[in-house]
Amino acid sequence: MISHLTVILGLQLLGEVITRALGLPLPGPVLGMVFFLVLLVLRPAFADAIKSTAQGLLAHLSLLFVPAGVGVVGHIKTLGSDVGVILLAIIISTIAAIVVSVYAFTLTAKLMGQSND
Amino acid sequence: MTDFQDIWTYLSSEPLLWLTATLAAYVIGDALFQASGKRAYINPVLIAVILLAIALTLSGTTYETYFNGAKFVHFMLGPATVCLAVPLYLNLRQVGKSIIPMLVALIVGPITAIGTALGIAYAFGIRGEVLLSLAPKSVTAPVAMGISESIGGSPTLTAVMVILTGITGAIVCTPLLNALKITDYRARGFAVGLTSHGIGTARAFQVNETAGTFAGVGMGANALATAILVPLLLTLF
Repeated sequence: MISHLTVILGLQLLGEVITRALGLPLPGPVLGMVFFLVLLVLRPAFADAIKSTAQGLLAHLSLLFVPAGVGVVGHIKTLGSDVGVILLAIIISTIAAIVVSVYAFTLTAKLMGQSND
Repeated sequence: MTDFQDIWTYLSSEPLLWLTATLAAYVIGDALFQASGKRAYINPVLIAVILLAIALTLSGTTYETYFNGAKFVHFMLGPATVCLAVPLYLNLRQVGKSIIPMLVALIVGPITAIGTALGIAYAFGIRGEVLLSLAPKSVTAPVAMGISESIGGSPTLTAVMVILTGITGAIVCTPLLNALKITDYRARGFAVGLTSHGIGTARAFQVNETAGTFAGVGMGANALATAILVPLLLTLF
């Protein structure tokens, strides 16, 4: 457990250092995820060992967004009178982007002759 | 017997109270979500945030004091993001054969997200810093704040819009995609992660591992796509 956490934190650290050193437009943890994937591909036995730690952390991924969400409540008033329009823009554009992306994916998969599941 | 004032002085200076409160609020949110039969609009994050905002207001606690406790939860976002590699590895074959559909979605999806948001806000008279802050809202917060700063937006405003976009996506995705009768969970997950980053990805993992895996890929890929597309699309406004 502790050794697994050390590997996970170490990969995040490596990701943070490299994205900052190279000025990449990518968060450190995302690059850390890429490194972790490479490690798992190279050492499949390690995947079985670390699977439960990782899945435990991901099982309540939603919880981890709560502190940031509470921060938003305090800042909503900085939007002032624009808040209604901003919310409208966010809701419509989120729906539009989901619809367009999902059809782009499924139609391309269909053209390639892939099954639907 | 110590009076309440002394106990409160201890509690308000230590992280324990608000760390416990954060977990408790989420437990309540999650219990309501489970009790509702996992309905998307009963979003555990939203419920926990509302409960905590009420508690902070009633107790006169500042966000700084709250975050002193909640930062331990917040910190785990980084390691959890790294851990997205595990479901990705376990589903690597399926992700590999979906590269081309993902690339197509990765071009049109972010353009739609950025274009419609800027278009609607612009049509209603939003200009300047607020408009610029809106552009990267579909991307995971640290990247979105970086993009916002580089184009002249406000990183703080962007963080607010990012979280609102995440919660919106997590709430609308399941009813929306069910109404469209989309049964391909690769596409469903990818679209949600691409549009509403980590909060959408967390929602996708509640649905199933395939959706969650593809949402994680969508989130990571869109961090790059939006960083490239936002400066290009802004030349139109």
